[in-house]
Amino acid sequence: MSSEKIVTLALNPTLCDGRGLCRDAAPQLIDLDEWGYPLLPGGGLRAVIAPADVRAAEDATHACPVLALHMERSKAESAT
Amino acid sequence: MSRLGIQSRSSLAMHLTEHGPLPDVGRRHGSRPGPLVDEVERAGLRGRGGGWFPTAVKLRAVVDSSAQRGRLSPQRRPVVIANGMEGEPASVKDAVLLASSPHLVLDGISAAAATVGATDAFLAIHRDSPLVPALIAALDERAEAGIDDLPIRLVTPPARYVASEESALAHWVGEGLATPVYPDRPYQRGSDGRPTLVQNVETLAHLALIARRGGAWFAEVGSPSAPGTTLVTVGGCVGTPGVVEVPTGTPVGEILALCGGTTQPVRGHLTGGYGGGWVAADGFDAVAWDPDSVRVARGVFGASLLYPVGIQQCPLDEIDRVTTWMAGESAGQCGPCVFGLPSVSDDVHQLAVGSAGDEDMDRLNRRLGLIVNRGGCKHPDGTARFVATGLSVFADEVALHLERRCSAGVRSHGDHATALPVPTARLALVDVGSRDFE
Repeated sequence: MSSEKIVTLALNPTLCDGRGLCRDAAPQLIDLDEWGYPLLPGGGLRAVIAPADVRAAEDATHACPVLALHMERSKAESAT
Repeated sequence: MSRLGIQSRSSLAMHLTEHGPLPDVGRRHGSRPGPLVDEVERAGLRGRGGGWFPTAVKLRAVVDSSAQRGRLSPQRRPVVIANGMEGEPASVKDAVLLASSPHLVLDGISAAAATVGATDAFLAIHRDSPLVPALIAALDERAEAGIDDLPIRLVTPPARYVASEESALAHWVGEGLATPVYPDRPYQRGSDGRPTLVQNVETLAHLALIARRGGAWFAEVGSPSAPGTTLVTVGGCVGTPGVVEVPTGTPVGEILALCGGTTQPVRGHLTGGYGGGWVAADGFDAVAWDPDSVRVARGVFGASLLYPVGIQQCPLDEIDRVTTWMAGESAGQCGPCVFGLPSVSDDVHQLAVGSAGDEDMDRLNRRLGLIVNRGGCKHPDGTARFVATGLSVFADEVALHLERRCSAGVRSHGDHATALPVPTARLALVDVGSRDFE
């Protein structure tokens, strides 16, 4: 549906200090690797967030003390 | 095949005799790049620094990004940076080109600057490069002859691997910091926030030839998917290591033959660079040396590096030394690189010296998966690929080492005529630092 928004959680790895507060805020969404740096769903730097997890992604974003996380909202394009 | 003239040194007078002056390539008007961009597109020119990105697309992207700025924006005018850094320790093709045909490269900078409407143009080479005096002399020659509309300035960033990455280079030219920038790309916001065209010096030399002879001429030779000629650095176990120029698509076996052929049975080839990939020797001689064919053969074209490793060397010893060095070349910005690469390098070292077991291999493989797609640049990804493809191509050797044996019998520690070169000063620093992580 064209009215739906795609929500993306994006990590800037050059800013991230690995403090882990994002994981504490949203453990269901974010894991930490063996060195204490966040792993987003899918393992990359950008993750599309399901509607049910948008609140958790916002919590993680707000928890980051160095503003390494941000969220992007874009209009849903065609299914492809 | 010689278009770039790498056999001998050309002064400005020799260059003008051979190629004639750079013709008027026209200029950018508003949101339209100069007309040379159409010839570049016709040529199918792709960037020879490693990414093989279509040059015409990059030229247009810089102009678009510039045209979108407000008319009064101080960050509206593009910057052109010729990347002659050649951070790959085993690659010398750009140094050979700059030493032999500097004016072809400098012509290319001028042509590119006019095409994108740049107001600043730079040639970047490593700070401790022996080429610095000759390039200063070449620029003086041109200034005296009044050749370039826009003066070209020589800049010398630090000789670090990641400093050659295009966003790091734009960062250094603008703000004096040689660290990669994420997520903006240079064509969007590069040097001082300005749209920045970063092109490898070989790409610019080809551009200078296209400006004179046209895109159709350029595409007369080479593979249709990446036309023209390419410089290749050939090292390792060949009779006469060095740089050759061949049409893209030349079979690997022919390129090796141009360099005296292999001097011992080959176990595998390193392709592309230290962020590239290993391929098995079997059947690789028949593969066409162009980016798409090499990728299909599971190699990496990258900076056009071909490095056969023979049976007298332990490939895991080679991988160990290079991985240790690559770990120390992190720019220090991203956790998975800062901590991940030394962890991987320690695991590889245990394997190379015959003290790793199956659990260590499991940990290494898990870590290799953990460091990709998580950095602000592709340094960790390239290093992971270098290690992972090596473990796969040399699986027999890995199995031997897990049994505390080695086919080469003894570790050479790089003390071997055909060993992969590793800048030693950094290696010493890394050996101290990496102990902190285990």
